[in-house]
Amino acid sequence: MEFSTSGAPHLPAQTRVNKIMLQVLLALIPGTLAMTWFFGIGVLLQIILAIVFALALEWAMLKLRGRPPGLALRDYSAVTTAVLFALCIPPLAPWWISLIGMIFAIAIAKHLYGGLGNNVFNPAMVGYVVVLIAFPLELTRWLPPTELATSIPSILQSLQAVFFGNLPAPLNWDAVSQATPLDVLKDGVEQNLLISEIRQSPIFGDYGGHGWEWVANFFALGGLWLLWRRVISWHVPVAILATVIFLTLPAWLYDPSVNPVPLQHIFSGALVLGAFFIATDPVTGCASRRGKLIFGLGVALITLSIRLWGGYPDGLAFAVLIMNMFAPLIDRYTIPRAYGQPK
Amino acid sequence: MLAPIGTYLHSFPGGLKLKHYKAMSCQQSLPVPRLPLSAEYVIPVSQHSGSEDKLIVTVGQKVLKGTAFSSSEQATGAAIHAPTSGLITAIEARPVPHQSGLKALCVIMEADGEDRWAEMNPCPDYQELTATELITQVRAAGIVGLGGAVFPTATKLAGTEKIHTLILNGAECEPYIACDEILMQQAPEKIIQGAQILCEILAIPQAIIAIEDPMENCQKSLDKAILQAGAEALIKVVKVPMLYPEGGERQLVQVLTGEEVPAGGLPLSLGLLVQNVATVAAISDAIIHGKPLLERIVTVTGNGIVAPQNMVASFGTPISELVDFCGGYTPSIARLIMGGPLMGLALNSDSLPLIKASNCILGLSSADVSSTQPEFPCINCGFCVSVCPAGLLPQTLQTMIRSENFSALEPLHLEACIECGCCDYVCPSHIPLVNYFRYGKDQLQQLAIDKQKSTLARERYELREQRLEKQQTERRARHQKRKQALAGSADKQTSIAAAVARAKAKKQQPEGSDS
Ligand code: SF4
Ligand code: SF4
Repeated sequence: MEFSTSGAPHLPAQTRVNKIMLQVLLALIPGTLAMTWFFGIGVLLQIILAIVFALALEWAMLKLRGRPPGLALRDYSAVTTAVLFALCIPPLAPWWISLIGMIFAIAIAKHLYGGLGNNVFNPAMVGYVVVLIAFPLELTRWLPPTELATSIPSILQSLQAVFFGNLPAPLNWDAVSQATPLDVLKDGVEQNLLISEIRQSPIFGDYGGHGWEWVANFFALGGLWLLWRRVISWHVPVAILATVIFLTLPAWLYDPSVNPVPLQHIFSGALVLGAFFIATDPVTGCASRRGKLIFGLGVALITLSIRLWGGYPDGLAFAVLIMNMFAPLIDRYTIPRAYGQPK
Repeated sequence: MLAPIGTYLHSFPGGLKLKHYKAMSCQQSLPVPRLPLSAEYVIPVSQHSGSEDKLIVTVGQKVLKGTAFSSSEQATGAAIHAPTSGLITAIEARPVPHQSGLKALCVIMEADGEDRWAEMNPCPDYQELTATELITQVRAAGIVGLGGAVFPTATKLAGTEKIHTLILNGAECEPYIACDEILMQQAPEKIIQGAQILCEILAIPQAIIAIEDPMENCQKSLDKAILQAGAEALIKVVKVPMLYPEGGERQLVQVLTGEEVPAGGLPLSLGLLVQNVATVAAISDAIIHGKPLLERIVTVTGNGIVAPQNMVASFGTPISELVDFCGGYTPSIARLIMGGPLMGLALNSDSLPLIKASNCILGLSSADVSSTQPEFPCINCGFCVSVCPAGLLPQTLQTMIRSENFSALEPLHLEACIECGCCDYVCPSHIPLVNYFRYGKDQLQQLAIDKQKSTLARERYELREQRLEKQQTERRARHQKRKQALAGSADKQTSIAAAVARAKAKKQQPEGSDS
């Protein structure tokens, strides 16, 4: 009897790219729901919008590049990029922010660099940084957590804000939007206020920003689930979180009146989301375990530097992009020792 | 000082926890059945990873069971023998189970049905043998590593290093394969005896048998056999945790000793001799009974086989006969594999002969095999890195091999890849990594050969250039001399006078001033 042959191994593969991406998306659900709870329906609106743009662009780019789009559309990588981007922008940002962000993320950062697996920069962060620099006004219009808000936009009002860029009377941007805890912190420090004074603001919660800290908790929950499922390895998140703690702890111990407690650093801004979901993007990260540790260390260092001395209240996106540039170099110097090579 | 090997276990990086499916073929009562005589046997001349052997039989010759077909004076050879008595009908190239898919020289033999043994040379008093005699007999018996690597055993024994521990590898870690497990239950005394022979003759002070955690029955039977042989002081059974590819020689050494076999070296350089349990049993047969290696226990299993079981079968038997003995194929049969599902070789036909490396014949059903899904680009997820027992970066290796960037492979140590398939199995992009690595290794080998050739050529060229140049300068010097000789005879006197004057002047100068 004759048989068809193939190279070893002969077992069916354990998993598939789309399953990996799907698990990442699942892990984002708790944090996303928490964010919707605190910041309103706009969060979901942005996610849907970004996904639609991302898929359309992915399809168009694959067509342009002469690739069959069916397969790639089902790998969920564009969806993951879209969701991560959407979670970074204010819930009531106008629709074209999402479109421009996705053009830079999907069309430029991903496909012009050769598509899935070949991109050098984290697509979601490229999209985010472009809109952050180009449209600072729209990108700072964050909402306060609903419990602190004086007026909460309804679904319809949110839709109007997103699609027409204006708020129906009697709402106006000044009343609706509020600076993020990191903005407040940065401004306060620049005005030489003491941490205790800054933290008087109701925007702060127990250790991070009010609401924000809960969002971070739920993202961390999703991240831990990914770790447990071994979809991501522990190296990048642990390196980031450990570096932040080690660097901010001495400062806080030395003078807690001007230096925020380490937990405040971790639970505000995008640090938790970044540590588990953004800096762990495999394609643009490092290959070896040691490389991943260095990558995480770098992300944390740059994020903190930008928070302390830079012009932006949060620096995670820049940090990830800068470390993306260094990843190939790190890879070159962190080749692990192979079996049987001298120690 | 003895290293307390096996007292503490170590670990190796990576690896996979796999379902082992061994019970599928182990439901039978012992001893396992012997496959009935076949009508025709096809015996490949080279069945090991050593050098070619010289054939010493001819077409038309009648041979008895156990007659040697080849002689192997070379250090890395291993003889082949007649699996039964009969007539040699042809010596020609036939398809054999091999990675290359090429034909290879085979001895084709017609059985006469009598199965008559040739005269043998038993040696029950093995204590009297010298190491050299032992090695010669092992080589003459055609014994090779039966774990699948088919490295000639005599070559492994012939090292000059001092061996302090014999490790018997019974940690059959690949799913489905159960032949060693069966052997350890069915004939533990042979294994123990083989170990005693090796230890005695090679003056090895201790031996351990490594088995996997779930092999409870093997532990019992081995312990009993050790007790009966009075070898408690010499041989110890050690259980190692079940993790693929722990049965790999290098990984087993690492688990038992915590040390790594140096790159390019053998466990021998750590004072270890690692042998598969079936190999050691074959040594016992060869020395005590004078029987060459003619047969082995084979696991015939998988969802594509009607009645999976283990059996004793002779080398050269068509694989189809083993399958028929198990009731044939189920309708879902999709792939036939020699070896295990991770490192085995997919066979294109069941008419190929059984060889020494055939520890398992695995019939996988269509549900068991990977459906050929399209490959995705590598997403650098690092799953492959986390399972690689050799500590490599499979994703970087495959990028370099794909872009034919072979010079970049050197610091990545492709040669350390044991082709275990762990990376391939976990890759979410379904990249055939092992295929790439095999290709890469072939290319590197080719490059090395080319480089050697070109170095040789360059050296030859340079030598020639040097020679030519030397001839040229010599010729010029000769010319010069002759010219001088012709011109110089006239003013020789004056030149001598000038030289004398120069020497005088030099003497008068204060010392050191001319430096
Ligand atoms: S497992 Fe596959 S996709 Fe992941 S890094 Fe390795 S080669 Fe790339
Ligand atoms: S096949 Fe090679 S590279 Fe892949 S896991 Fe095994 S040793 Fe590592």
